[in-house]
Amino acid sequence: MKRTVIPIGPFHPIQEEPEFFQLTVEGETVVDVDVRLSCNHRGIERLCQDLTYDQIPFLLARICGICSASHPMAFCQACEDLCGVETPPRGLYLRSIICELERIHSHLLWVGLAGHFIGYNTVFMWAWKYREPVLELLERLIGNRNNYENFCVGGCRRDIPQEKLPEITEVMDEVQGNVEMLTKAVLDDPILKVRLGGIGILTYEQARQWCATGPTTRGSGVDIDVRRDEPYAAYNLLDWQVHVQPAGDVFAKTVVRLLEVLEAVKIIRQCVDQIEPGEIRAEVREMPQGEGIGHAEAPRGETFHYVCSDGTNYPIRYKVRAPTYVNLPSFKSSVIGQELADAMLTVAAMDPCYSCTERVAVVRNRRHSKKEILDQRTLMKLSWEKTERIRKNI
Amino acid sequence: MGLKTWALKKSIWLYHANVGACNNCDIEVVDCLTPRYDIERFGMLLAGSPRHADALVVTGICTCQARPRLQELYLQMAKPCVVLCIGACACTGGIFRPCYHFDGPVDKVIREVDPDAIIAYVPGCPPKPEAIISGALKALDAIPC
Repeated sequence: MKRTVIPIGPFHPIQEEPEFFQLTVEGETVVDVDVRLSCNHRGIERLCQDLTYDQIPFLLARICGICSASHPMAFCQACEDLCGVETPPRGLYLRSIICELERIHSHLLWVGLAGHFIGYNTVFMWAWKYREPVLELLERLIGNRNNYENFCVGGCRRDIPQEKLPEITEVMDEVQGNVEMLTKAVLDDPILKVRLGGIGILTYEQARQWCATGPTTRGSGVDIDVRRDEPYAAYNLLDWQVHVQPAGDVFAKTVVRLLEVLEAVKIIRQCVDQIEPGEIRAEVREMPQGEGIGHAEAPRGETFHYVCSDGTNYPIRYKVRAPTYVNLPSFKSSVIGQELADAMLTVAAMDPCYSCTERVAVVRNRRHSKKEILDQRTLMKLSWEKTERIRKNI
Repeated sequence: MGLKTWALKKSIWLYHANVGACNNCDIEVVDCLTPRYDIERFGMLLAGSPRHADALVVTGICTCQARPRLQELYLQMAKPCVVLCIGACACTGGIFRPCYHFDGPVDKVIREVDPDAIIAYVPGCPPKPEAIISGALKALDAIPC
């Protein structure tokens, strides 16, 4: 059968790694996928070498707007590993609270976008509506809706006043009610089950082979989570569990994310109950010579940071490995064999931030013959039509 | 007021281009479309193609790779149109200004292809959705009648 190459992007900002996909299709079936990175490359690792240890967390919060707690978190741990500082308990609890609030809004954002892709705009609007109280809470606590910038080497920069803690509980009540309702609606919906089930399957072995992380791999039955396996912040002091689903399809990943939102609510409640007044920051006098590593469980998976210091105020090498970077190659397993209508959803299942509308050009026969431009709407329509077909058949 | 400007001011469609942003401004732009802020009540919605759009919403620092593509996007849009620079990065380069892959800021890149472009700046990191809406309305007011 004739093979067709479909480039997607390059304006396709998937978190900190915008990509350019090339799908090779035979008829409607995807037979190969190629990913090219660095359209959005900014040179953050290089810039880190010109900034002091106090300035770097502000830059790292802007690696990704949605993981803006996880990256500084991993940086602080790398530096604390290097200079051997212990964060006071209140600082640890504050870190956990902010990281989990981030997880809630990030996962709800994803659920909404996934709904949008299959033509369920109600899910999109609902999920984003339920996400809004969390952002407003963060604004009340930290001062900004998205870039929290509350972490520094040795602890936290700003305290959450004791009298504001009940506000957190109030918002958590609201979020829990809404998300439980949304989870039930998603799990009970026969169309969603058929539409999302069985597509974009990443098996247990494949997830291990591609070294995927985060909900992408937990949806394939791999039981890993940095928060439990190598505890940081206050996670080892709390009672919570890692959610794993064996199926490996998009539906399993959706379920994992929704359950993680409820788990995050549980974690935040315990933090609010257990947190004691006290110091939030340990003093760091100087950075010794040497190397440090830190990792944290971002909403999309494990983020890994490495810092190399020569004893001055500036690192001589800084390295970031973000979760999407390791999840991307798993497309080789999950996208191949899918229909074109499902390809976008499978790509989305890894949690790309699909805020941008992109152009897609279908190149026929690779060389001669004319180019055909498909915009995002056309691709989306393919996906919506499939949902409609399933709805009619049920 | 000509027919074109009259029509443009009624309900603007947005085309959103990320030219090297951290996603923060992008999710705030999408946030404007969702129930809390709901700018669709003013007739604003995201268009799938720059040819259908009245306003180009740009976020990010404009990297070397994105620069020619951003100019191409602007040239494809029907004129008159407005450009909204959302966030500190699009306005000035922000925290990423010293980076080697910075090739902006956005206004400079766009004025290279159209010196008379109408550009609105919405500073902030990220700007709140209220600020984005207000910026869009101010840009519309700036269109010469």
